[in-house]
Amino acid sequence: MSAAASPIANFWAEFRESPVALAALVVVLLIIVVAVLAPLIAPQDPYDLSRLQLRDARRPPGFVGSGGYVHLLGTDAQGRDLFSAILYGLRISIQMGLMAGAIALCIGATLGITAAFVGGRIEGLLMRIVDLQLCFPAILLALVLVAMLGQGKAQLIAALVAAQYAYFARTAYGAASAERRKDYIEAAMATPLSSRRIVFRHLLPNCMPPLIVVATVQVANAIALEATLSFLGLGLPVTEPSLGMLIANGFQYMMSGRYWISVYPGIALIVLIVAINLVGDQIRDQLNPRLKR
Amino acid sequence: MLGFVIQRFLQAVTVMAVMSVIVFVGVYAIGNPIDVLIPPDAPQDIRARTIARFGLDRPLWEQYFIFIRNALSGDFGRSFIYAMPVLQLILSRLPATLELALAAVLGATLIGVPLGIFAGYRPHSRAARVIMAVSILGFSMPTFWVGLVLILTFAVSLGWLPAGGRGQTVTLFGVQWSFLTINGLSHLVLPAINLALFKLAMMIRLARAGTREIMLTDTIKFARAAGLSEATILRHHVLKLISIPIVTVFGLELGSTLAFAVVTETIFSWPGLGKLIIDSITNLDRPVMVAYLILIAALFVTINFVVDITYAALDPRLRRGKVA
Amino acid sequence: MNALSNAEPLLHVHELQTHFFTRAGVVKAVDGVSFSLQRGQVLGLVGESGSGKTVTGFSLLGLIDAPGRIVGGSVRLAGVELVGIPEAKLRQVRGKRISMVFQDPMMTLNPVLTVGRQMELALGAHRQMSRKAARARSAELLTRVGLADADKRLDDYPHQFSGGMRQRVAIAIALLHEPEIIVCDEPTTALDVSIQAQILREMRLLVRESGTSLIWISHDLATVSSLADRLLVMYAGRIVEEGPTATVLRDPRHPYTKGLLDSLPAMARPGEELRQITGGAPSLSSLPPGCAFAPRCERATAICETMPSLEGDAVRRFRCHHPVGVDA
Repeated sequence: MSAAASPIANFWAEFRESPVALAALVVVLLIIVVAVLAPLIAPQDPYDLSRLQLRDARRPPGFVGSGGYVHLLGTDAQGRDLFSAILYGLRISIQMGLMAGAIALCIGATLGITAAFVGGRIEGLLMRIVDLQLCFPAILLALVLVAMLGQGKAQLIAALVAAQYAYFARTAYGAASAERRKDYIEAAMATPLSSRRIVFRHLLPNCMPPLIVVATVQVANAIALEATLSFLGLGLPVTEPSLGMLIANGFQYMMSGRYWISVYPGIALIVLIVAINLVGDQIRDQLNPRLKR
Repeated sequence: MLGFVIQRFLQAVTVMAVMSVIVFVGVYAIGNPIDVLIPPDAPQDIRARTIARFGLDRPLWEQYFIFIRNALSGDFGRSFIYAMPVLQLILSRLPATLELALAAVLGATLIGVPLGIFAGYRPHSRAARVIMAVSILGFSMPTFWVGLVLILTFAVSLGWLPAGGRGQTVTLFGVQWSFLTINGLSHLVLPAINLALFKLAMMIRLARAGTREIMLTDTIKFARAAGLSEATILRHHVLKLISIPIVTVFGLELGSTLAFAVVTETIFSWPGLGKLIIDSITNLDRPVMVAYLILIAALFVTINFVVDITYAALDPRLRRGKVA
Repeated sequence: MNALSNAEPLLHVHELQTHFFTRAGVVKAVDGVSFSLQRGQVLGLVGESGSGKTVTGFSLLGLIDAPGRIVGGSVRLAGVELVGIPEAKLRQVRGKRISMVFQDPMMTLNPVLTVGRQMELALGAHRQMSRKAARARSAELLTRVGLADADKRLDDYPHQFSGGMRQRVAIAIALLHEPEIIVCDEPTTALDVSIQAQILREMRLLVRESGTSLIWISHDLATVSSLADRLLVMYAGRIVEEGPTATVLRDPRHPYTKGLLDSLPAMARPGEELRQITGGAPSLSSLPPGCAFAPRCERATAICETMPSLEGDAVRRFRCHHPVGVDA
């Protein structure tokens, strides 16, 4: 068997060999599908406050509510069907995570590659700022930004992006500057080839592997961060319950045995984050050149 | 080496100055500066006095210098909520957070690094896989969730440990510490574990990745070729090589732990800085927010400085310029 | 130069096979290599990258990492079998009776430990010594390999030495326990030409003085030939030619050896185009059934699709159906 297959096919073949990573990938895809289809699957629209009946509040799993259907996972303090709320919550988590991750990736990669390519003073300045920001833990940054900007989806994404772009910038910068120093780039710069072409055809592809690794980790982090902020009451408004908020709302009921209000959303959140991390781990191990023989 | 230290010190001071400007501008940019320092319901004469004292009717750059001057002498204003000087308030809460953070980071490092080295040394063994699985869980689970589970298990179901609060404290060097009493310790355990779990997972992963990489290098092969035993190789070569990234992370994590304490302190009602900042954000206690930011910035800069110096002490290549 | 020695060989390698079990297939890096080494002899192991020479060297010390494994053959050091013995016993041999010098000393010396500490650790692997005694011995060896101010240098870090000096440190470490054999894997390739010459000269002196045997692995015929008593030419994991250095250089039998010699810049006449061996090194996981060199050989015929056996006597051997210089 020769190694003439494309690198992507090789990558996938190696990926498939790890049962754990494969299972994790399946879980992630499943959750995404379920989240996208949430409006179709969920028996109740948790945002529709008019449908909520306080009579149904804090009921255990299996309870048949006033809507006439079984609450698979019970209800929360407002009478929301927990199953529906979790589905929509997952939707929000994935939305936030992916959007924040994507925007942070674009901003960070642009900054990092620009710094590496342009060099000189700008490189020093940009990377100083990035380094400074990297010293601050994401949660602190997010807290401060939320405090300053107020609450809401856009603000939350802005906070998440601000907390994360620095990782992408650092990674892109590291990969791009290592590549930039290579002789063939120097040679290319001596030709009339446009800078844009050099950047896009040479620098960018070499930054992709480490950026992908960072991206998976950061998406998971964004999801966790959003949940944490919501838990602390600084995330999305009460009308759009994210998983973090569901957990927070149920916290007070844990002592009295009504654990499901916090635990089930929690489990959903954990499964999502762990699965993404597992996939990311496998990708990182496969892309790490220093582990190859 | 001395030149290096001085250079880094000057850098640190510069960064602090820049940070102070950013915080100052940030705070003043988000609203009426008067609102930052004076609670909205203050009577007119206090308003006038405060405006005069802080020079709020002066140009911005003058205000900045007044602010710096006040800050350097420890005057950050008074908290709206607690009606006491902000600095005093922060300092009274600091030991609790410090204690928690130190317990967490030390625990995480002392347990995590050996586990990680083992996992990196025998990456395909069963034990290593278990360690890695646990570390993934510790890494992925948001701190607040872990706290929840801990409380549910140990406080509610098993009833072994208290669910919140700080417990008995003992005054040492004029500061209150709780780890010196059994009662205090029992209150410290759960929040410390909560805080430590993430760091533990990170240390394990770091140590494992580092060890794995190191074991594949020619340095190890050469050491083996010279007949060194595996134990010697691990103890002298691997440990020394891995200490550099570990120490770096340890330092940075110390800072981030102080920040993460925010969540843990909220869940366990631990009376530290973290709880203070959350409360002050929700209550819009702006003087506390400003002071907190500046102090955290100072803390981070200091930690970075110490880490830099330690890094150079551990890696001889950084001490001077490279020799041919 | 020993022609034939009646003494029992110091090292006897017989049909050594080291394979790597990778995802892409089994790579037969070393496939049936046999040779002997006498005391005080210098053996030059020559071949291009991928010929298996480095893996042979590592196999002698049992330093093959997963996914590789010695799958067959024997390595006897003064009659004691080394293949298949427990790791603890191998460790007693490594560094003490056989030691190794690698190609790039910047990668083999630990950058965060002082040179003295690394030598101390190497000494402590086989002997119990006091700190002072270890230091004295280390300094003695550093002086022997030509480093001035040895005692002070012990407290320096590897990056404070030049490339050539670093390699001398590595050689010093290899000499600490007065081994009977030193395996040198391209030790001068990473160095300047002038330093190369120096080190070669000093190694020659060393061998003469202490009677240590050397296995010198290299792709560079020119450097090896100035040092080695016998040459072993490897191709695709097998030995294709073996003999006294002068004889092999003057009168090669295997077409590959001839090709290597012809392509040396020194051999070309001024104004003449440099000659090359056509084609490239074969992939070790998909070797042809017969002679591995056949695809590139201008003398190949149909019979070359069967593996030629190693012909010759104790002095001279080659593996070819159409050897050079022998009447067809």
